[in-house]
Amino acid sequence: MSTSARYTREIPQRYRLEAAKCKGCSKLFFPPRLICDECGGKEFEPHRLSDKGKVVSYSVVRIGPSQFVEQVPYIVSVVELEDGVRLTCQVADAKPEELEIGAPVTIEFRKIGEEGDAGIIHYGYKAVLDRFK
Amino acid sequence: MVGIVGYGVYIPRFRIKLEEIAKIWGADALAYKAGLLMEQKSVPGPDQDTVTISVEAARNALKRAKIDPTEIGALYVGSESHPYAVKPSGTIVAEAMGATPYCHTADFEFACKAGTEGMFVALNLVQAGAVKYAVGIGTDTSQGAPGDALEYSASAGGAAFIMGSENLVAECEFTDAYMTDTADFWRKEHQYYPQHAGRYTGEPAYFKHILGAGRAIMERAKAKASDFKYAVFHQPNGKFPMKVGKMLGFNKEQIEPGWLVPRLGNTYSGSSPMGLTAILDVAEPGERIFMVSYGSGAGSDAFIWKVTERIKEVQNLAPKTRDYLDKNQIYLDYGTYAKFRRKIIMSESPQIL
Repeated sequence: MSTSARYTREIPQRYRLEAAKCKGCSKLFFPPRLICDECGGKEFEPHRLSDKGKVVSYSVVRIGPSQFVEQVPYIVSVVELEDGVRLTCQVADAKPEELEIGAPVTIEFRKIGEEGDAGIIHYGYKAVLDRFK
Repeated sequence: MVGIVGYGVYIPRFRIKLEEIAKIWGADALAYKAGLLMEQKSVPGPDQDTVTISVEAARNALKRAKIDPTEIGALYVGSESHPYAVKPSGTIVAEAMGATPYCHTADFEFACKAGTEGMFVALNLVQAGAVKYAVGIGTDTSQGAPGDALEYSASAGGAAFIMGSENLVAECEFTDAYMTDTADFWRKEHQYYPQHAGRYTGEPAYFKHILGAGRAIMERAKAKASDFKYAVFHQPNGKFPMKVGKMLGFNKEQIEPGWLVPRLGNTYSGSSPMGLTAILDVAEPGERIFMVSYGSGAGSDAFIWKVTERIKEVQNLAPKTRDYLDKNQIYLDYGTYAKFRRKIIMSESPQIL
């Protein structure tokens, strides 16, 4: 499967945090799904999630796969956004000792991977700790 | 009347001090600091590039503009460090802003002048009535060759401006441009680092073009330096903008609010646009701002801005430039800087499989 095709399909979520909001019960799904597990509804509208949230849990990766060798040790976190939606992402620009459960974070636009020197660049979201406290 | 509806900036969190670079190359750090009037520069993280910085700056501009992004009819990203040789940065930025698909987009290149080129075209498209809103962005993550004088100053950052004709925070009173074919700085296809003509980049390049554009717009506006509260120029180092400002009749107090280079470095296409954002952060209604960019090759764009009443409503709607510049930086040693900037040859390229 072409990664370009898959990458392009995921742009609304990766670039704009676009969730699907059930028109029946308003439940948010990120990533979107076809049937609401709350009310069985099949109609959704796009909903842009907040870029503010907090760290719910995290793990420090000290021996990473080859594409992350420049970034170790790096942090992978479960972040709960203000909308209540939880997502998994890296916490960028942070040292492990700076992080704690409940820390406020902002979602930023970052490179999340590259298909080698000649392939496409994958952009998406990462969390960063509040810089201006 | 056309002008800026919203503005935003982004600076990465990482910094390297000039002493740390000089230490590696056996150079005299004090001589570099005195010669450049700089103490440190910003460095992009390994997951940041011209696109990611442009997106963050543009999102900050949207927070201040408070417009529907689908009403943006044109978006231009000016940079000399676009991540792709073929594939626009602007499409990615427009998607991330939510401005697609009815949006005209192009990437501009003109050394350090590419950012103000985007601003110039965006303003004039709005003036012509072709689009309701247009975005001009100037961003770079440029590199100087290891050990070269440029390595001490080439940094990372960007600024975005949403142009429109109503709810302005700054009206554009005049624009002008001055351009000649001058070979002072260049990079050919497939070359990783730029070349420059040493001292020739000064008098016949930077100074000639900024003075040319600056004097032309003063004459057009029938204005003098004392008519302006602020002045901002391209900032390749600390000395040049102060010197060229003095030659045009400006004093230190007019230049300092937008003079970011001592603690930021030279952000190339982002340089004078980011200086303008720092001024807008502190400006009061009615104040006038004089702005001249410079790009090697060579040319300058000049703008005269007049700040409106709405500025006070928007200054705190997004992070301020001096906050990005001075709060919570992470200082790097040269080894980590070299790794982040991919100056180290690895056994294989990082790859997603």
